[in-house]
Order: sequence, then structure tokens, then C-alpha cells
Amino acid sequence: MSYYVLLFTMIVASFLFVGLTMIIARLISPRSFNKNKSEAYECGIPTQGKTWMQFRVGYYLFAILFLMFDIETVFLFPWATIVREVGVNAIFGISFFLFILILGLAYAWRKKALEWK
Amino acid sequence: MYDFSIITTAIDQFLRSLMPSGLAIFIECVLVALCVLVAYIMLAIVMIFMERKVCAAFQCRLGPMRVGFWGTLQVFSDVFKMIIKEIIDLKRTDNMLYNLAPYLVVLSSVLTFSCLPFAQGLEVLDFNVGLFFLMATSSFGVLGIMLAGWSSNNKFSMIGAMRSGAQMVSYELSIGLSMLTLVALSGTLQLSEIVARQSHAWFIFQGHIPAFIAFVIYLIAGNAETNRGPFDLPEAESELTAGYHTEYSGMGFGFFYVAEFMNLFIVSGIASTIFLGGWMPLHIPGLEGFNAVMDYIPGVVWFLAKTFFVIWLLMWVRWTFPRLRVDQVITLEWKYLVPIGLVNLLIMTLCVVMGWTL
Repeated sequence: MSYYVLLFTMIVASFLFVGLTMIIARLISPRSFNKNKSEAYECGIPTQGKTWMQFRVGYYLFAILFLMFDIETVFLFPWATIVREVGVNAIFGISFFLFILILGLAYAWRKKALEWK
Repeated sequence: MYDFSIITTAIDQFLRSLMPSGLAIFIECVLVALCVLVAYIMLAIVMIFMERKVCAAFQCRLGPMRVGFWGTLQVFSDVFKMIIKEIIDLKRTDNMLYNLAPYLVVLSSVLTFSCLPFAQGLEVLDFNVGLFFLMATSSFGVLGIMLAGWSSNNKFSMIGAMRSGAQMVSYELSIGLSMLTLVALSGTLQLSEIVARQSHAWFIFQGHIPAFIAFVIYLIAGNAETNRGPFDLPEAESELTAGYHTEYSGMGFGFFYVAEFMNLFIVSGIASTIFLGGWMPLHIPGLEGFNAVMDYIPGVVWFLAKTFFVIWLLMWVRWTFPRLRVDQVITLEWKYLVPIGLVNLLIMTLCVVMGWTL
């Protein structure tokens, strides 16, 4: 049996698992209505201001750094699979690639992009 | 050796003899899905019970003792309690995203869970790019967490989700690098093949020093990836109430809880597959009698024993160390683990190319 059939099966199964359990829980759980119950829970005090607003830029910075290094991991996977067959040339080939990446990391480090301020 | 593919092919042939092949494939798919989901839920229940008992042992308590013998039925009663709890519909949430988030989190962990090779012939998804597929599926769990935090319209959830996003995304790099180190050693991405190549010695012995460094990095990063232990900033109780799932009630919360525990199982399962030999018994070259005795222990037992050993290690870490600060978490990843991981990868390739492996 093809693995893609099984993959599709597992996707459908996990959606059905969550969906059916939620429906059953909604059917058998009690209901009561209260105006204050549907407010956001912030320790009992009425909420102040908006939640969906600007947040610190540091999160974006790490997302961008992650993007750079994750693409690198994607590129390295096929290389790592055949490194045993290619031999010593594989190390020379990849060390150039890694050198550029480490340069990027060193630049980010020097620019203090890795500090959490 | 116990080969489970005998049983599965027998069921396959039996079904095909009774009905047309399309129907047989459909019934097999339903059977596989049911088996995986039952295993998923049962393992989650076992792990929640284990977590309570281990936590209690580290704090010199007894843990749950009242429900059932030695508290064994406590988690079952909690599950039923959670199902009959009211699901509160909130005002001012982004309703569609709010309801979608548990689906994504569970989908990610179910797909990753079905990749694990439990025994010979007992793996559901065995792609030839298995390890890569596994990284891809495990990484969109963070999407569900971000959606949950963003759509709840709650400041605690929002901060928790942002922290969780930054942390999980960062530590995924280290997981990827330590997996790469092992891929360089194994030369394949297929999980069943990775296990098969450890028949004479586990990879942690084959790759000696670099493999051990990769194992330690993997454990640290895996612990951060599951938002547990000293890295539980996203749901730090004392600052953020419950983090990204503050606004979820009843089963919505239950799914986040189950997915979190199953992510711990998955991280440990991958660790035992790629470092500790998966279902492969402990073989020492030269000791024929010893190897033959070890072969009598079934593969499932080996796999679960190794996995629960790694889980126990991670629980030990969780209940021992105090929580880190955000800047410490980021510094540990970007200034220590990533450079060490890169250098370790080069050392491992050097060992592989020069033939310095066992």
C-alpha cells in the first residue's frame, strides 16, 4: 500500500479525532449563561486596552535568523545523506558553504542581534 | 527477531480474499488509523500518570493514590471529567482561528507519532525521506500554538504564544543540526533503514564522541521544543497564568495538554530511534550467546524501554532545574548550541570520511 494513502488517512483521522471529541463534549457538557463568563480571563480585572497591537521587534529578528539557518539545514540534508560515498571532497565542498553561513552568524553576533534587549 | 509484517500481510491477504481490493484498502486504512489513535491516547494517559508519579517522587510526595490501586485510574477519571466540562464560547475572539488551533496541534503530533518505527514491520509512515518528513510535520505544531495565542484575544496568551514561537523556532535549528550529524553517519533518511543499520552497534556507539555531543544537544533542544522543564517560559504559571492556552476550556485545553505530552514522547522516540538503536536489541560484537539472548526480547519492548528511559531523563531535568529567563534561553541556543552543533557536524563528517567510526 502506498504511503501517501496512509498519510492521507492519518490526516483525516486526526481531524476526525479532534472534531468528533469536540462534538461529543459539546453534546454532553452542561451549559449555563453568564455575561461575565465570556470575557477574557485576565485575573478577574476588566481588560485594559487592546490585545492585538504591536509587539517587540525581537521576535521578528529571530524569525528571520531562523529562516536563514533552517534553509541551510534543508540544503544540508541531501549532502549529509551521500557524504560517505563522496568522501573527502564532500568536506571541502561543504566547508565553503558553512563558512558563508558562519560569517552570517558572526555578523549577527557582532551587530548584537543575538542579544535580548 | 519478531517481524510484525507477517501479521499485517496475513490480515491484508485475508481481507483481499473476502472483498475487492479497493474496499480492502479502505478497511485497512480505517484499522491503521484506529490502532494509531488508540496507541496515541493510551500512551498519553500512561505518560500523564508517569509525570505525576515522577514529579511526586522528586518532591518526596506520593502523588495520586486514591482512585484505583496506587492511583492508576486517576488519569482516566480526569479524562472523563474533561469531556463533561463546559466549553465556554468567548466574546471578541477570532472564532475560526480559535477553534482551528487544537486541530493543527493534534495533527502535527499525530503525523509525527505515526512516523516512529515501533518494531520491525510496525511503522505506519515509512517514507524514504522519513527524518526530513518528521522535521516538517513536527515544526508546524508551533503554528497551532501561535494561532491559539493570537486568536484568544488575551494578553497572557499573546505573550505566551510569542515566546513559544521564538523559542520553538530557535531550538528547531539545534534539533536539525544534531539530526544532520546522525544522517551523515547513517547515510540514509528512511527511519526503518536507520534502525536496520544499527544492528551491530547503536549509533551513539558507532559515532562515539560526536554522536554523544549530538545526543546531549538533541536532549536539550528537544526539551525546549516541547516547552517543558527549565524552558517552560511559554506557560510560566507564575507570570502568564497558563500561557497560550489560558482561554481554552474543556476538551480544547485537553487537546493542547495531550499534544504536549505526546510531543515529549515523540522527541524521546526519535532520540531512541536515531541514537539508541530503536527496536534493535543491544548487540556486542563477539559475544554470540549474549546477542542471541538479547534477540529473544521483542522489539517493541526495546523501543518502549529506551523511549521511557529518555522520557524519565527529561522529567528528571524538568523537576530539578529552575526556569530560565528569555534572554538566557535565546543566548543558550544562538551562542552555544548552534556553533557547537555546526562544529560537531564537521567533526562527524571528518570521522565518517576518514573511517574513524565503529
